[in-house]
Amino acid sequence: MKRDLISITDYSKEDYLRIMELAADFERNPNQRLLEGKVVASLFFEPSTRTRLSFETAINRLGGRIIGFTDSNSSSVTKGETLHDTIKMVSNYADLIVMRHPLEGSARYAAEVSTIPIINAGDGANQHPTQTLLDMYSIQKTQGRLDNINIFMVGDLKYGRTVHSLLMAMSEFENPIFNFIAPEELEMPEEYKIFLRDKGIRYFEHREFTDIISEADIVYMTRVQKERFSDPIEYEQVKNVYILRNSMLANTKPTMRILHPLPRVNEIHTDVDSSEKAYYFQQALNGMYTREAIIAHTLNLK
Amino acid sequence: MSDKITKKLKLKVSAISEGTVIDHIPSENLFKVISILELDKTPNMITFGANLDSGKLDKKAIIKVSHQFFADDDINRIALIAPNAKLNIIKDYEVVEKKIVEVPDRVVGIVKCFNPKCITNNEPVTTSFKVIGKEPLALKCKYCEKITHEHQMVIK
Ligand SMILES: [Zn+2]
Repeated sequence: MKRDLISITDYSKEDYLRIMELAADFERNPNQRLLEGKVVASLFFEPSTRTRLSFETAINRLGGRIIGFTDSNSSSVTKGETLHDTIKMVSNYADLIVMRHPLEGSARYAAEVSTIPIINAGDGANQHPTQTLLDMYSIQKTQGRLDNINIFMVGDLKYGRTVHSLLMAMSEFENPIFNFIAPEELEMPEEYKIFLRDKGIRYFEHREFTDIISEADIVYMTRVQKERFSDPIEYEQVKNVYILRNSMLANTKPTMRILHPLPRVNEIHTDVDSSEKAYYFQQALNGMYTREAIIAHTLNLK
Repeated sequence: MSDKITKKLKLKVSAISEGTVIDHIPSENLFKVISILELDKTPNMITFGANLDSGKLDKKAIIKVSHQFFADDDINRIALIAPNAKLNIIKDYEVVEKKIVEVPDRVVGIVKCFNPKCITNNEPVTTSFKVIGKEPLALKCKYCEKITHEHQMVIK
């Protein structure tokens, strides 16, 4: 059976650990020609330069060839071809499909239609599992473990798919502690809190973003987006409350690291960038090693 | 409902010698039930009545299908639109078995995903849900992973 990666929960704890191991291996030696003679379809039905370049660099470093398109304007999709037909056609040509699509559930559907494995590089607001795996690799790398991690998640915890997936994945490890810092209108949805309670995992909710982060191993920042608010005045009130500044790092653990899925707007002040605790740029680089690992795992190349 | 009313209703729709009687269907969903059970394609004789007076529902409908019996999995597909439906299995003009419908664990087709950005609302994809709550109904979409709650449910 082919091994797709559509949602983070498609992977077991063993899969997560295997990806961590492989990513470390690719970081030591990024150029391994495991995809020699293979063709990878990179299908970006909506543009995402950051994710696409990370994937395509990973494919190139593995020695694979790339076919595909960078947005649906340059493809047959504009002529009204269904996703079904595009995937059917491409799965005749390639060995693996990496796809990004604006519609939610498109990747799961494509995986049903396709005879070759699919890696979901984002399906609308639904899932973006490779982001979660690179977040986990960044945690593993900076903390030396995935067990006993105290994570502070800050900003938009309601619509932020990255925090939901990270929560699900980290819950597979021993003794995590979650701290949620968000305005009321963007707080962590009840279904995730129920999930944590059922698993007996501790979590704490905070409204104010102050020096409570002193216990944090990881501070995971997200964007608070204007379009999430029905009332623009509410947005104006909260947008400057959830900003991380260098002065707030004084009492934090020396090993604490700040993650952000990028791009940021103003939620991390630029005065944080020079701190050794700022990890978001390295985190992005970790994405390439992690994606090499995911491709190798998907096609059983190592 | 009293036996008297039941008898009266039975008179309104002619009796069958062998087959299935599906009773207590909300009238407004009669044709949806016919479509879900593919009775519009059956070669068997069907009779139905709608807008019959009922003690329980405002107006109920009844369907009688000759020489046809339904597997539980098939009949449970109508549970979402006719939760109180009752089946009488008829053999030789006698009711030999009574069945009620149950909400299944998976719902395939029938219901629309409430999420306008879901692939199933934008391409010809059959919906598929895991039933994560039965009372009230909560359906988790296999594709977009969003939950359609009972008050958001729209039948296709
Ligand atoms: Zn859906």
